Parts: sequence; C-alpha cells; structure tokens
Amino acid sequence: MEQPAKKEKGVVVENIVRRYHTKKETITALNGISFSAGEGEIFGIIGPDGAGKTSLFRILNTLLLADEGRASVNGFDVVKDYRKIRQCVGYMPGRFSLYQDLSVQENLEFFAAIFNADIKKNYALIKDIYSQIEPFKTRKAGQLSGGMKQKLALSCALIHRPDVLFLDEPTTGVDALSRKEFWEMLRRLKQQGITILVSTSYMDEAGLCDRVALIQKGKILSVNSPAGVRKAFPKPLWAVKATEMYRLLNDVKRQPAVESCYPFGQYHHLTFKSPGNDRELLEGILKDGDYTHTEIKTILPDIEDCFMALMNE
Amino acid sequence: MNMENEKVIKTHELTKKFGQFVAVDGISFDVMKGEIFGFLGANGAGKTTAMRMLCGLSLPSSGDATVAGYDIYRQTESIKKNIGYMSQKFSLYEDLTVRENIRFYAGIYGLSDNRIREKTAILLEQLHMEQQQNSLVRSLPLGWKQKLAFSIAIVHDPAIVFLDEPTGGVDPVMRKEFWSTIYEASDKGITVFVTTHYMDEAEYCNRVCIMVDGRIEALDSPGRLIDLYAAPSMDQVFLQLARTAKRRDE
Repeated sequence: MEQPAKKEKGVVVENIVRRYHTKKETITALNGISFSAGEGEIFGIIGPDGAGKTSLFRILNTLLLADEGRASVNGFDVVKDYRKIRQCVGYMPGRFSLYQDLSVQENLEFFAAIFNADIKKNYALIKDIYSQIEPFKTRKAGQLSGGMKQKLALSCALIHRPDVLFLDEPTTGVDALSRKEFWEMLRRLKQQGITILVSTSYMDEAGLCDRVALIQKGKILSVNSPAGVRKAFPKPLWAVKATEMYRLLNDVKRQPAVESCYPFGQYHHLTFKSPGNDRELLEGILKDGDYTHTEIKTILPDIEDCFMALMNE
Repeated sequence: MNMENEKVIKTHELTKKFGQFVAVDGISFDVMKGEIFGFLGANGAGKTTAMRMLCGLSLPSSGDATVAGYDIYRQTESIKKNIGYMSQKFSLYEDLTVRENIRFYAGIYGLSDNRIREKTAILLEQLHMEQQQNSLVRSLPLGWKQKLAFSIAIVHDPAIVFLDEPTGGVDPVMRKEFWSTIYEASDKGITVFVTTHYMDEAEYCNRVCIMVDGRIEALDSPGRLIDLYAAPSMDQVFLQLARTAKRRDE
C-alpha cells in the first residue's frame, strides 16, 4: 500500500529518479534526489548545465512524470493532485515563454485570465516589479530587453498569487545590475510568504538563498545553508597570487604535497593533502620561481570551492 | 603574462552614432600584447557596438583605432584574419565531428592543407581528444565543447581572441580548466579580450574597463579598482558604476 504524501507545505522531494531513453543509451537525469524546502524559504538548486535542474522543475510543476520516488508541492502530490498544484504554483521556465507578439499588458491579462485571477486584487504583489515595465506596456514582449522580459515573466508567474514560485535559471544572460535587482525582488516576495525554488548555474548566487542543494549529474552533493556549505569545507584553503599567474599555476600543481589548485580570479586557490608547513612550502615556491608581486593568505572557501571539493569526493 | 609593451589594440576617441544616439562616446584605451582584458558594462552601455567596431564589423563615426596593427576604417579584412572569436552561444557544427570542425574552421581561416593536418594533430593532443576525434560534437559534454571552441577560435594563431561570456553553464572544475587554457594562450602572447556580465570572470583579467552610457568610466586592474571604489568585490565596483547609468534597458 502506498503511503499518502506528507501534508507538508513547501516542497518535499523523495528519491526522485528520472531517465531519458534514446535509441543508443539511457541517460539518468535525476538519480535519487531528496530534499525539502520549507514554507517561505528561498531554496536554491545550484549546479551546472546538465545537472538535472530543469527535469526536477518540470516534475515539480507536474509537466513530467518521475520514474521513481515521489514529491509534493504545498502538501499536494505531484501525480495525484496535479490539478491542485497547477493552481497554486507559479513557474518561470528557463526559456522565455511568454507570447512574443502580445504586448506587455496583453501577456499579463492573458495569464490572469487563465488563472481566473483579478489583476487589480493581486496588483500589490507585482507592483514593485510590474511598475518598472509599465511605461512600455504597449510594447510587444518580443521587443523587450532581457531584463524587462524577465520582469514581465515574473509578473505573469505571480499574478494569481501562487504559494510556491519556481524559477528555472532566471538570471542566465542577464546583466549584473538586473541580476542584483532580481534577487532583491525575490527577497521582497519571500517576505510575502511565498516559497521560492530557484535554480542557477552561477555559484555566486548561492549565497543569496536561505538554503541550497548543490546538484551535479543528477545527484545532490549537499543540502545546507550557504554558510553551512562553506563551514563543511574539509581543509584549510590558501590563496596565492603573483604577476606570473600561469607559471605559478603549473608550478603549484607540480608539488606532490598539493591536493588541488585552481585559478580563482585574481588568486589561485589551493589545498594540501595533509596540512602542515603549508605557508613555508608556498613561500619556497614563490621564492624559487622568482615570482613578483606575490601574496599568500588563508581564506574562507566560497561556494565554488565547496562544489569542487564535493565533486571530487 | 607576457606583456612586451606592445599595444595590440589602440583606440582614440572612438565614437559610433546611430542618428542622434551616441552608442559609443569617444572611448580611448590600449590593450597590451598577451593581456587578458575585461570589457564590462550593463545592457545598453555600448559594449557590443564597441566590440563590433574592433572586430571590423562596423565602421566608426569618428575617432581612430588599430587592431593587431590594422586600421579599423581601411583594413577590416586584415583585422578579421588576425582575430579569433568565441561566445557561449557560438556553436561548433554539432553534426560535424571534432576533426571536421577543426578542418572546417582552419580552412575558413585560410590555413594550408599541410598546416591543417599539423594543427589538427596538435589540437587533438592538447585537448586529449584523440579518442573523440571522430565523434560528433553533439555528443560531447558542454565543458569539452567550450574548450574545443576556444582552441578552434585560435587555430589560426590570431593576435587577439574575443571571448563573449565564455564560461557560462559549465561545472566549476571545467570552468577552472577553461581559465587555465586562457592563461596559457595569454602566456603564449595571444591577447584575450573578454566581455562578460559575470564579475567573477572579470576578476581573472589583468585589467578591466567598465563602460557606462557609451563612455569608459573605469579602467584598471581588478585589485586596484576594488581599492579605488572601496568595494569588497568587482561585483560591487560594477554595481556602483552601473547605477549611475542614465540609459538602461530601452
């Protein structure tokens, strides 16, 4: 006998497996994924392209069936109660999915009509976002800039006042300022009690979530708060720099004591197999190689460091 | 990094107008040989217009520039032969094999058959893709495609390679490998001109320039810009400047 899905609000995912079959092979897009996102939480699904993020979102939005496992959204089972889920979620797919040849206003009216929602009644929820594109309300959606398309898509996903909002890579290809504003909008939506599941391949956005699931090749590497992920980094992390960055990278990688060394912007980040006289060793490399403008320091890992450490486990 | 004080890109008061609209408003900067140069700006800042001029795809309204020693008014064909270009959206031909893609682009850039054979062998070895040489590009993981695309963008040993948001979407390890490849190219003296919306990519650059409303508002190493703007990161430097923009998103 199948147990009834837990009547938990938010999102609950239990051992979800999803495979895709081609003539030649079977690809396991999701390989036993479990996590839960609490009500009113901003929960990030962080991972590269091909990790399974979109498959997961499609399953939770009742657009795709899982092969194994179960999931519930706002207490409703994604298979049995799919109609109820569709009424209480907002979904912004990764690809711009509004009607390009309808105007800004027509798109909003269309989505409100589909969900039987009253724009006036729910306007307070989207005002903050929609007011920024309202000056262009007669413009066709296809002619908006990337940042404006994103704001319109978010307005349309919110107009029926969903309990749970799914945003699949909302910030891909958007400039840094629009991205920043987008995350500020999400913070304000959270204050209205909306649960937000957001996926991204940009590790630096993880820090803006309450909790994150790091996902790679259909498996979850870690579920934690961003601070918790960083705290769990297993070893001291060093940052070094010099004018000769490429030579330094190769020199450091050649050291038998070095476990990993990756370029990280202005620095290279590295760990040692067994921490000991790390600083002396690094100072030695820099001195022997006649490097200029050198710097050595220990640092706190960022999410990208942690992701790589988990990938290599 | 191998800067021999040789300027590979020189611009002076470079300007592009579309009617009354001044997309690029008198920008002057130099890029050195082997430098990794970041070119940043919010949407509408004029980045793309400036880059199109530097690639010989669009003529300036006024001002001067040379790219790889060639004049951007009169020698655009020579410029095109001496630069490489790669973007995240830039696709290799998915239904050609790895080997066929290399041969195709090398042929386009006018390499001789002998040179193409040599180059193909070298690239396959460097990329550790001998096993996959006859696989369709479609079947490769994204990270491999990006590395292959970069190698192909420099198959003709250009003076400069333009990278447009090069590392989006790949896993962090692949991304780091990709930046190692860029460092390597720079070390060999290829100038790398990067445009990106992602400030962590900007931090890999030797110097970055930030455009606002068609003008260059900042140009220096990431470290010095962070000091100058008393910001914790390049992201914050960028936001401080981008917020001053008058034209945005229209």
